[in-house]
Amino acid sequence: MAKYLVIESRDPLESKDTVWSYELVRGLKAEGHEVTLFLVQNGVFPARRSAASAGLEALAKAGVEVLADDFSLRERGIGAGRLAAGVRSAPLEVVVDQLAEGRKAIWH
Amino acid sequence: MAEKKTLTFVLMDPPYEDARSTTALRLLHVAAQRGYNINVFAYEGAVYLPFAKQAPHANAVHGRDLAQEDHPNPKDWIAALIAETEKNGGKLDWINCGLCVDERGAGETIPGVRRGSPADLWKFAESSDNTLVIGTR
Repeated sequence: MAKYLVIESRDPLESKDTVWSYELVRGLKAEGHEVTLFLVQNGVFPARRSAASAGLEALAKAGVEVLADDFSLRERGIGAGRLAAGVRSAPLEVVVDQLAEGRKAIWH
Repeated sequence: MAEKKTLTFVLMDPPYEDARSTTALRLLHVAAQRGYNINVFAYEGAVYLPFAKQAPHANAVHGRDLAQEDHPNPKDWIAALIAETEKNGGKLDWINCGLCVDERGAGETIPGVRRGSPADLWKFAESSDNTLVIGTR
């Protein structure tokens, strides 16, 4: 079992190719790998509970660790109480931690 | 004592244009605070991030002079990151892609930045615990 870090910086309402990012995460998890999806910049918009957050909720339910950069959330006025189910606010330090532990990392 | 890590970051975006540059510098800051060895390979527009001739400016629209505007320049942040890394026992090795520099006339950099080639990126990746490529779209 490998460990993966997928960093998503794009808003799915702006960039439809985030679908492939989410699909990659789903597939990696389905194959038994440990996966963190870290949302940053406009990638945190679907972390706010909304019609666009169903994809993230499904990934979290499947066992993917879904984290949203706390700085990006604050920049966009998204409070912790408004996050979609299964999405947690986290500092950017998590990315450096996971890079340092040698996870396979992809930025999108 | 924890093992010293070495991380490589590959940057492509120019300054002042996209949040990716800000996020990249935030990541470097975290690694610098931990005293990691940090490699940066900057190519395409990112070679302008440490460009020495960046200059602050006033903002006439908002009626602010130079001091009031306090315009941020990435070259100063990078100089601070190099110093922060060194203070914490690490080293920040920043290489600008030479071809990208020549294309853009971006040869004048702050101290601590050197010129290199894609072969240096390969060496960085080979000698690192991990590499993150932050490509533009």
